[in-house]
Amino acid sequence: MKPPPREAQILAPVSRPSAEESQDSALETAIQLKDFDAWYGDFQALHSINLAMPKKRITSFIGPSGCGKSTLLRWINRMNDTIAGARATGTLEIHGKDALGPKVDVVGLRQQVGIVFQKPNPFPKSIFDNVAYGVRLHLKTSKAELQEIVEWSLQKAGLWEEVKDRLNKSALGLSGGQQQRLCIARAIAVGPEVLLMDEPCSALDPRSTAAIEDLMLELRKSYTIAIVTHNMQQAARVSDFTAYMYLGTLVEFGATEDVFKRPRHTETEDYITGRFG
Amino acid sequence: MSPREKPALLSDKKLLQERRRPMSQRHRKDMIFRGICRGVSGMSASLLVILLVTILTEGIGTLSTQFLSSSPDPDPLIAGMFPAIMGSVWLLVLTMAIALPLGISAAIVLEEYRPKGSGLRKIHGFVQLNITNLSGVPSVVFGILGLTVFASMFGLFGNEGNPSAEVGVSFVDQFYNEGDFVLEVPVSAASQPEAVPIAGMRVFDPAGKAYELNLVGDDAEWPEDSALAKRSLRSWDVPGRIKDRRWWYFRLPFGRGILAGALTLMLVILPIIIISTQEALRAVPSSLRDASLGLGATQWQTVRRITLPAALPGILTGAIIAMSRAIGEAAPLLMIAGIVFITRAPGNLMDDFTAMPLQIYNWAGRPQKEFHDLAASGIIVLLTALLLFNAVAVFLRQKYSKPLS
Repeated sequence: MKPPPREAQILAPVSRPSAEESQDSALETAIQLKDFDAWYGDFQALHSINLAMPKKRITSFIGPSGCGKSTLLRWINRMNDTIAGARATGTLEIHGKDALGPKVDVVGLRQQVGIVFQKPNPFPKSIFDNVAYGVRLHLKTSKAELQEIVEWSLQKAGLWEEVKDRLNKSALGLSGGQQQRLCIARAIAVGPEVLLMDEPCSALDPRSTAAIEDLMLELRKSYTIAIVTHNMQQAARVSDFTAYMYLGTLVEFGATEDVFKRPRHTETEDYITGRFG
Repeated sequence: MSPREKPALLSDKKLLQERRRPMSQRHRKDMIFRGICRGVSGMSASLLVILLVTILTEGIGTLSTQFLSSSPDPDPLIAGMFPAIMGSVWLLVLTMAIALPLGISAAIVLEEYRPKGSGLRKIHGFVQLNITNLSGVPSVVFGILGLTVFASMFGLFGNEGNPSAEVGVSFVDQFYNEGDFVLEVPVSAASQPEAVPIAGMRVFDPAGKAYELNLVGDDAEWPEDSALAKRSLRSWDVPGRIKDRRWWYFRLPFGRGILAGALTLMLVILPIIIISTQEALRAVPSSLRDASLGLGATQWQTVRRITLPAALPGILTGAIIAMSRAIGEAAPLLMIAGIVFITRAPGNLMDDFTAMPLQIYNWAGRPQKEFHDLAASGIIVLLTALLLFNAVAVFLRQKYSKPLS
């Protein structure tokens, strides 16, 4: 399906093909958080988060800066392990399996739960090697197999047509939006089930943002996606579920349409309508 | 917020005029400071030029291929620095071969494998502090340390003359018989008593051919037949013991050989390599590490495939700076090797050696003017090597530094 023109999308009220589906109560849970607390040293960044993110849906996290949404996202694939003094307690389960305990193999977890960062961060390697990087980490492949995966991933990320003639050129020569789509291709090349996106469009111009959003809607068919965004319209446009966070607590979580049209909390409404934040 | 009045200084024109720093004075100060900077940098540059010109005028006359290829000699006209050049090459190769892997690994541990626990973090900080301190320790102190640790090994393994473990060495007892032939008897260990001629024992000529020993009686005539004379000895003939070291000769303790020298130089340059490697690793944007880890790479995969390659130009530059330091060091080598008269290139890791700075020091300390010229020639050779290293460092930095993000 070809997406409607950009202007129409922005002006259109919150209405997406999945609005009805998202009401569906039979959705499987992909990521489950129960009484999840997180600290940076002595500072408690997250307070008792309870949340169930449905499978193959897009869940967006909104809230003012410093509310803990990025922290939460980075805990899901344990990127916070790299930060000295970061720790968390409570339950974090991915597809019913513990992802927080000391016995969890973080390396395997991160293969299963990919992440795309705010600033595009391609490796200073060729476009091909960027996408192949993760594959080579995990698999022994023949050249043909590798090429197949790289091509598939780039196609999936909507970048293939733009880069197919310069796969051996440095990825740093791509535009910001292309770099970000390359990072998405790189992430899906290792075969994750969940994609975490930490403000993936905040460093991009509107055109590139639109491309990434279209891509997210496409990827939604196969992946569970969590996105942190400061852009209300973006949350409304792409996500099935929205979580509003404030000062480390989860204030409201629900179907995007409900959160945006009929917020249960006044804080949420204030934030969404721009009276606050 | 309460509305504030515009500060008087910004609104009152008169006051403003009064307080304004005079423009001419500001420009003058700027000029003066620029002048000082130019003067100082010009001075240091001219010092370098004076040094180079002095050295060149003194040393160029004696610099020749003969100087490069011959041994030191009491006669300054034929003296050269071949053993010193070879000694420096050996030292440099050995030092770098040991110091680079150690230093880079240490830097990776310190920089990329930062501990999470608070206790470990304290140890980490302590080690880091010590490495920074070590880089400022005078190299002669490392010389003393090297002497105890590497050369004598705390005396745990005997001494250099009587090492407790030795490989790659063979002993031969050598006889000169009355007919001026040389006969050799192999000896299995240094401690074995000297060979005593016994009739019928196996002896060898210097070419390695075996014979049966013919013992000539005390009063008997020396055999006329040369074939027989060749394998004959008197019973009172006493051999001289000859030590034959192979190129793979190795002993414990290391003694004042080239390996001990290289290890001591390693101590001197290790802090330099560690610190420069750490800086190079720190310059790699953390977003690249995050990207790699986020794809499920292990810490080592990230280091091996992303961080280390990205930091390589910086690491190489640091390594070459360390090399320039090592090749010019005299003090620690003086502790290890002393000033010895060496006429050949080192043949094994334990061999006595001399190095360029030592040779220069030696020549410069002599009273005769001719030797001072030789020292100047030696300095030219040393400086050429140093400039070459620096040129390579600049080249590497230019060629392999590429944008990382």
